[in-house]
Amino acid sequence: MADASTNRGAGEGKILLPPLMAPGQSFESVTETIGSIVLLPRQPKSWIVGALIAFSLLMLFFVAVSWLLIRGVGIWGINIPVAWGFAIVNFVWWIGIGHAGTFISAILLLLHQKWRTSINRLTEAMTLFAVACAGMFPLLHLGRPFVFYWLIPYPDTMGLWPQFRSPLVWDVFAVSTYFTVSLIFWYTGLVPDLATLRDRAPTRTKQVIFGILAMGWRGSAAHWQNHQSAYLLLAGLAAPLVLSVHSVVSFDFSVAMVPGWHSTIFPPYFVAGAIYSGFAMVLNIVIPIRKLYGLESLITKRHLNNMAVVMLATGMMVTYGYVMEAFMAWYSGDVFEKAMMMNRAFGPYGWIFWGLMFLNVIVPQALWSKRLRNNTISLFFIALSVNVGMWVERFVIVVTSLSRDFTTSAFRMYYPTVWDWATLFGSMGLFLTLLFLFVRFLPMIDISETRKLVEESQ
Amino acid sequence: MNGAPPVYGLMAEFSKSETLLAAARLAYASGYRQMDAFTPFPVEGLAENLGRKKSLVPLIVLLAGIGGGAGGYFMEWYAMSLDYPINIGGRPLSSWPPFVPITFELTILAAALAAVIAMFALNRLPQPHHPVFNVPRFERASTDKFFLCIEADDPKFDLAATRQFLETLKPDHVEEVEP
Repeated sequence: MADASTNRGAGEGKILLPPLMAPGQSFESVTETIGSIVLLPRQPKSWIVGALIAFSLLMLFFVAVSWLLIRGVGIWGINIPVAWGFAIVNFVWWIGIGHAGTFISAILLLLHQKWRTSINRLTEAMTLFAVACAGMFPLLHLGRPFVFYWLIPYPDTMGLWPQFRSPLVWDVFAVSTYFTVSLIFWYTGLVPDLATLRDRAPTRTKQVIFGILAMGWRGSAAHWQNHQSAYLLLAGLAAPLVLSVHSVVSFDFSVAMVPGWHSTIFPPYFVAGAIYSGFAMVLNIVIPIRKLYGLESLITKRHLNNMAVVMLATGMMVTYGYVMEAFMAWYSGDVFEKAMMMNRAFGPYGWIFWGLMFLNVIVPQALWSKRLRNNTISLFFIALSVNVGMWVERFVIVVTSLSRDFTTSAFRMYYPTVWDWATLFGSMGLFLTLLFLFVRFLPMIDISETRKLVEESQ
Repeated sequence: MNGAPPVYGLMAEFSKSETLLAAARLAYASGYRQMDAFTPFPVEGLAENLGRKKSLVPLIVLLAGIGGGAGGYFMEWYAMSLDYPINIGGRPLSSWPPFVPITFELTILAAALAAVIAMFALNRLPQPHHPVFNVPRFERASTDKFFLCIEADDPKFDLAATRQFLETLKPDHVEEVEP
């Protein structure tokens, strides 16, 4: 029983791996375990405490954004030459976090990695919320956010078009496509589970709401046939999309000629970093949730271990990126590139660079140890280190390069203000509030796919 | 059938997917065509056993993807070289490399939207009500039971004979579905 439910996609023969779910699960038991979280009114106390903290941070976000709309971007620490500041750091960070969700739900689906089943729904939701947070920052960073729609090509009376050769316009298309595709992918997967909740709803109100959301899904053979076809195609479409989005984000930097940005390694290095931070965020979310909701039988140690291994692998790629950046700065012989690298490591922001090396390169080496990977507490803190580290990485890229580019007389330091921090932590409030609502009101594990896994293990 | 209440069809309930798969094959072999099966998760081979044709979704997605990509490229080319040309140092107006990212994104966007719209349209969803929901036991179809429903508009359908046929498939229950 145990080895039947393990992953047979990797290699020939029977590889004995820990099971993907605790033994003795049935269709009814998995449906009950996952569905009851949504259908029963009682929530763990920690949900209420957590949701309250998240909601307070969301209020902070509203205050910060309102003040921004009243006073303009001058309330932030940005200046000339450091015109990008926290807004772009946060944008790149959030959008990177989203990547793990699509990676898990699309790429691992196409690779027949069955272990994705118990975490894909949650990580897709995480993607959506992270991209929602990310999408806000470039808009808020516009001097006049109320004319953001000028970025969209539409037949306007001014006779203007967006500049389609600009990476910033590519970004608009990449991020909005990414959000839309993630949303429909998530919803398509959700429809059969909404039908389950409709059929099991204890009250009429819940029945009606889930009924509307399920759109009359009956689980007929015809339904499933089209559904599976569409779902696989969406996965196939999302897989190149997830690689393209952070590549396009990296073009924002690498198409510019600023030292430290103008580099061909940026697209793969950004994508690896995105998946790295995304898996770290998944671990930071999943570890508390499986504990609080007693989902250890479905989200097993094997899942955590696999995610830790992906994190270690992408972490090594990111490390390679750091090494190559330094090497190419020296190898190019370009005086500005060399000065940029020296400034990055030993200039006024040098301590942040070394902090980045500690958080992103040194701490994750602990993942080589099986004991530390299997300990949820140490894994949680390693993932937290990566999350902070990846934020710091974007800070180093954005700020150190901009603050000292070509002309010495234009050098200027950047210091974040209290409003910069308020927007950053506020956006975390938005993310966490959405996540808490999701966990409460929608099934956080794909029930129908889990049933299929039960069937295969019997 | 005069005098008998009109029915939508007859529904047999199974507790294993293999039994349903075999039942669907037998029903098709016995000449039934207007039927559908209901399962709590996708069962491989079920649609084939019921004699269903391949899904049309992939074709629609392909066409939408081509349309999205071509439309996106055309928009960029039209805007940048005809409607709003900007001469930057004499560089070519119709410069395909920088048009690639948006062409790619619009290909994906159109294909993905088409996939989900086609899925719902081909499934005739949203549909607020369907006769199969009249069977009280049917709510198990989204948890752990497998159903086969032979519809009354099948030419071979006969209330008594079809019921007898379904009974031979060893179902847990056979029930009439009210229209």
